Amino acid sequence: MSEVGDPSKETMLRGFRLMVLGRAADERGTNLQRQGRIGFYVPMNGQEAAQVGCGLALDAQDWILPAYRELGVALARGIPLKTLFDQFFGNSADLLKGRQMPCHYGYRDYRYITASSPIGTQIVLATGIAAASLYKGEKVVSVPFFGDGATSSSDFHAGMNFAGVYKAPVIFFLQNNGWAISLPREKQTRSPTLAEKAEAYGFPGVQVDGNDFAAVYKAVSQARARAVAGEGPTLIEALTFRMGPHSTSDDPTRYRKSEVVASWREKDPIDRLQSELIAKGWLDEAGAEKIHEEAKLEVQSAIDAAEKSPPPDPSTLFDDVFKEPTSLLEEQRREFLEMVSQGVLRP
Amino acid sequence: MTEVTLIQAVNQALKVAMAKDPDVILLGEDIGVNGGVFRATDGLYKEFGEKRVLDTPLSENGIVGMAIGMALQGLKPVAEIQFMDFIYPAFDQIVSEAAKFRYRSGGEFPAHIVLRTPYGGGIKGGLYHSQSTEQLFTSTPGIKVVIPSTPADAKGLLLSAIFDEDPVLFMEPKRIYRTATGEVPAGDVRIPFGKARIAKEGSDVSVFAYGSMVPQTLQAANVVEKMGIHAEVVDLRTLVPLDVDAIVASVEKTGRAVIVHEAPKFSGFGAELSATISERCLYSLKAPVLRITGYDTPFPYALENLYLPSVDRIARGIERTATSA
Ligand SMILES: Cc1ncc(C[n+]2csc(CCOP(=O)(O)OP(=O)(O)O)c2C)c(N)n1
Ligand SMILES: [Mg+2]
Repeated sequence: MSEVGDPSKETMLRGFRLMVLGRAADERGTNLQRQGRIGFYVPMNGQEAAQVGCGLALDAQDWILPAYRELGVALARGIPLKTLFDQFFGNSADLLKGRQMPCHYGYRDYRYITASSPIGTQIVLATGIAAASLYKGEKVVSVPFFGDGATSSSDFHAGMNFAGVYKAPVIFFLQNNGWAISLPREKQTRSPTLAEKAEAYGFPGVQVDGNDFAAVYKAVSQARARAVAGEGPTLIEALTFRMGPHSTSDDPTRYRKSEVVASWREKDPIDRLQSELIAKGWLDEAGAEKIHEEAKLEVQSAIDAAEKSPPPDPSTLFDDVFKEPTSLLEEQRREFLEMVSQGVLRP
Repeated sequence: MTEVTLIQAVNQALKVAMAKDPDVILLGEDIGVNGGVFRATDGLYKEFGEKRVLDTPLSENGIVGMAIGMALQGLKPVAEIQFMDFIYPAFDQIVSEAAKFRYRSGGEFPAHIVLRTPYGGGIKGGLYHSQSTEQLFTSTPGIKVVIPSTPADAKGLLLSAIFDEDPVLFMEPKRIYRTATGEVPAGDVRIPFGKARIAKEGSDVSVFAYGSMVPQTLQAANVVEKMGIHAEVVDLRTLVPLDVDAIVASVEKTGRAVIVHEAPKFSGFGAELSATISERCLYSLKAPVLRITGYDTPFPYALENLYLPSVDRIARGIERTATSA
């Protein structure tokens, strides 16, 4: 018997494809950085079920406020791989005009808000978006994505508190991946769970197995139904694990034991969903293998296409500071372009 | 004496201060077991233990507020803000509390803290891992602002900061953490605040810089030297307190002034320097004061190399200022 929010066969298979695609893209992201082809990368390895499960449970009109690790959410939202790799390369085709480090992106067409780096800021922004949706009478939710570390930020407090007060339709999607860089979850807060923090703000907080695609999908679907019914926000703590380094700048062997990582490898969300699908008879080994192979090819072609584009045009440096540049900025742009043309300034 | 990098010099200063004074406590994100994301505190957790090297939860206002509280109780906390770009959650604690404690209490409760933070661009860090916002703090009375450019200065100035009884923002030029190398004296050898360093003597034009712009400026000075222009490069070392005498002496000698910093031009620290020079040395000036700075945009990612003052851009500015009638 299926319950409210259980994913259909179609959704499960779609989720599996996206998770596999995400894993393939993620591995290449790290490799491209190692090869010096992109400047930086933030792997999501291990968090695919939490991200894709949540992403697919949302409506296309819902607002997403990612942090820097949300590749799975971006793919679930339908953002093309090529668009993402253009951003990783920071090239002239990058819709963000090469302004941000890799993995910090967003696109209005997808209601996916451009990420920043400071931890926690998007949490209260999500409450603001939800308040606007309430005001406009739109039946949509907003979903900030953040980690265990972010629960210590002031903006977590502000966002949760305001959402409780205004009964804003927010799903606070917290991926507890065990670590905030080198700080283990136990040292982030004395609170036994992160989910229970919601209680103090006057709304429910639930823990869900973040490596179980169907469980995440269901928890988000239920929270979404609650929010659009006017019953207010929910905090979802998805329990998962960051399998890789914090980012390509990090060396996790300095602070965590390989046994812990190995124990989580046993709980790999993709392997797990694959076995479930095979057990249900919805997929066979050959079919799974094909999905893995296709994903690699798809990623390769996105990279090939993105790598062809040159860097952004220098004159774009001065765009988008304001809607119209000030006269002083225009003056700086003129002097700058003169130096570029004279070869004084070189990329 | 052996050669060390700038970041090793920071590490040494912390170690010397901690060994000397049990009231020196470190706190910050990832500074303990991990030794800091740049390794500034490498080995200190092991040596001094978790009571003196605190891995904090992710909260900059928590870190700075804790540090101030510890200082009120007699400790000498040295807090790390992982990147200067992440200092803003703590702005209230810095501006409203640390900078004003001594004044508002009539001297009863000074906030004896050091905030160490890596700043600046040149590491492909984009908008949020590159900024230099010293001007936000130099315009706040009550907090000292120190920016070293060599390993010896990093060590000597950090030791002074730790034992200085006022709040000090210690900005570390992360771009040259590992490329700036040099000898540093062993032990607790301090460099006083408010004393600029003549990094290169010259007679034709004075160039004022600090932090990671000092090596760039020295290279540019060597470029113009080949054209017969003798630039004097003054490393300011501490912006608050500012060595006004050294600035005036240099400009009176050369009659020309160039200022180099990474931060945007508008309302940047260069504006303070330029005003100081025009107030005190106008009649010595033979050319307008020139500022070579970051542009008035947020810090870019892909176009970073075009944004930051490069050796060529600085050399061109020095040359123009030195040769303008
Ligand atoms: C305000 C702020 N302080 C510090 C940092 C540096 N930093 C980047 S990610 C991170 C840890 C975040 O941990 P968590 O919220 O658990 O997210 P995760 O990286 O595990 O996905 C830190 C300390 C930052 N980006 N912003
Ligand atoms: Mg985490």
